[in-house]
Amino acid sequence: MVKLISVLMAAVLVNNYVLRQFLGICPFLGVSKDLKSATGMSIAVIFVMCLATAVTWCIHMYLLVPRGMEYLQTVVFILVIAALVQLVEIALKKNIPALYRALGVYLPLITTNCAVLGVTIANLDRGYGFAESMVNALGSGLGFFLAMVIFSGVRYRTETSEPPKPFEGLPLTLISASILSLSFFGFNGIVENLFGG
Amino acid sequence: MSKLSNLTRGIIRENPVLVLVLGTCPTLAVSTQASNAVGMGLAATFVLVCSNIVISALRNIIPDKVRIPCYIVLIAGFVTVVQMVLEAYAYSLFKALGIYLPLIVVNCIILGRAEMFANKNRVIDSALDGLGMGIGFTLTLLVMASIREILGGGTWFGMPIPWLRDNGISVLTMAPGGFIVFGCLIALVNKIMDRKRNPKDKGYCVGCPSADTCSKFGMGGEING
Repeated sequence: MVKLISVLMAAVLVNNYVLRQFLGICPFLGVSKDLKSATGMSIAVIFVMCLATAVTWCIHMYLLVPRGMEYLQTVVFILVIAALVQLVEIALKKNIPALYRALGVYLPLITTNCAVLGVTIANLDRGYGFAESMVNALGSGLGFFLAMVIFSGVRYRTETSEPPKPFEGLPLTLISASILSLSFFGFNGIVENLFGG
Repeated sequence: MSKLSNLTRGIIRENPVLVLVLGTCPTLAVSTQASNAVGMGLAATFVLVCSNIVISALRNIIPDKVRIPCYIVLIAGFVTVVQMVLEAYAYSLFKALGIYLPLIVVNCIILGRAEMFANKNRVIDSALDGLGMGIGFTLTLLVMASIREILGGGTWFGMPIPWLRDNGISVLTMAPGGFIVFGCLIALVNKIMDRKRNPKDKGYCVGCPSADTCSKFGMGGEING
């Protein structure tokens, strides 16, 4: 249990996917303009990350490894994620229209989101078991959510500011992201201190 | 002339990273060391050229409705080839690139060029376009990695630089340094090119394969807005 909590804390705060590992930068920069779409996108990412991890972990362990086909990992994972996103979209549209209206927009954008493929591969690279993988996926998604929500607040301020002309738009956004990333350095060592290692 | 412009376009005028702003994730992540940056750039260039050639050759065969999944499978296949070759012949680079190597699959430069160029143009033009974009990507990565490695770590391609070795700005080699160097580089390119953007211009998202979906819902397409 302690191990799982430490995996979760590490994924949300210390190894934040966006701010420390640079995964999922495109939605971080593109969709963080207002709080509503930032929240919607993040919830869709958390949902797909957990689902994709559950499916790909099982496929890897029970289909690829016994047949010695680990080299197909990349091809299989991206296909599974793409198919999964489509299925979820169809299922939501049919069964839970309210949820579809809230999240449906963001789902097609997630297929090519490197954070989702990244988390499924990272889980296997680190040799996580099923429970740890799921917790890591949840934590990575929550970390994405945290970064998006904080950053949409920052964007709200930078949008109305007047920087020098060449810095308008993306450069200013990136430099604000740099400062946010620097502030996350404050969490360094938190897991070691709380859980002894 | 037009063939030449297919090649050179990607290097400066439509530089995939600094002008089209695609492939930001690997750019920020592997630009801590010049040697990793070159390795990543060459790996992506190989995938880009191969996928552009095959997609362009098959452009009349692949049905329009399932083209994106087809492209992704093709690209993933070439990425797997690169992974296996690097694991066999350049193991240290394979380890250094780590998770970012399989993530070439979802690098928007590659899917973006397939969607924007290779499925409309002849094989030879697509190959040149892929090569040009790949060179542009590699050069940008090299410039960024050089800045970060020289100022941050005081080395270049692992060679120590006398005074900087002891006076590095170590934050540049860490995550915040990536964002700040990238931001300043884009600002520099804006300054040099003095781009006058049309307000209706879709801004930085023009090259992104998801741009259509985004703009349909009034998102994205306005990073610059």
